[in-house]
Amino acid sequence: MVEVKVQITEEHALIVVNGEVDASSSIHLDEAMQQAVGSDVKAVLVNCKHLTYISSAGLGVFMSYIQELEARDIKFILFDMNETVYKTFEILGLHQLLTIVDTEEDAKILTHEL
Amino acid sequence: MNYSFKVSCRKERLQSIREFIKATLQHYAIPELALSQMILAVDEVCANLMIHSHHCNPKDSLELEIFVKEHKEVIFEIRDKGTGFNFKSYQEPCLEQIIKDRRKGGVGLLLVKRIMDHVEFSYNDEIRSNVYRLHKYIA
Repeated sequence: MVEVKVQITEEHALIVVNGEVDASSSIHLDEAMQQAVGSDVKAVLVNCKHLTYISSAGLGVFMSYIQELEARDIKFILFDMNETVYKTFEILGLHQLLTIVDTEEDAKILTHEL
Repeated sequence: MNYSFKVSCRKERLQSIREFIKATLQHYAIPELALSQMILAVDEVCANLMIHSHHCNPKDSLELEIFVKEHKEVIFEIRDKGTGFNFKSYQEPCLEQIIKDRRKGGVGLLLVKRIMDHVEFSYNDEIRSNVYRLHKYIA
C-alpha cells in the first residue's frame, strides 16, 4: 500500500511518497507525477523518506517522465532515499540518470543551481 | 527446509508474497540488503506472470516454494499454468530507449537477472505447470 501526496507551490511541486510502490500501487505514483508535471513549476521534488519499497513498476513511472521533464526544462530531484531503495535504482544505473540527493535542503538548493 | 505459498493472480496479493518471503527468510543468516533484493526479484517475476500470463484473473493462481540450503543457496520456485515464458529468449532492454519511448514497463526482468545468480524455466508434465526457478547463492 502507498499514500502519495502532492504539494504545489510557486517554486516547485513536492511529491511525498509513503509506503510501498509495486505493480498494484504504482498508479498512485503515476497520478501524482502527472499532477506535478502538469502544474506550471520549475522543479518536481520527490520526498522518499517513507518510501519503503519500489519495484520496476515504480521505477518505470519515474523513467517515463524523464523525457518530458527534460524537454520542458523542469528539474527533477529525489531526496532522502533509504539504502535499500537506492540500491534498486543503482542496479539499473538509474542513480546516474536521475538526481538523487540526501536532504530536502539539498534538493531545494539544487533547484536553484542546476 | 522448504516453504510454500499459494496466491491468486491479483496484483494486490504481491504484498503478501513479499511478506511471506520476509517472514520465511528472516530467521536465516542472510544480509538484509540481499534479502530485500531477493524479495524484489520474486515480486517482479510474480507481477509479470500475473499481468502478462494471467491478465490478473483472480481465479488463476501462482505457487511459490522456497528451498533453503543453509549458508549455501536459496531457491525460489514459482509454478503456474499460464502462458510460459522462457528466460532464455529474454533480451535485455536498452534503458535509454525505454526512457526515450516514455515507457513505464520493461525493466522488471532486467532486475531479476541482475539480482539472481541463476534463473531457469521449464515445463513439468506431471503437474502440467510452468516452473520458474530463481537461485541466489548466500555463502
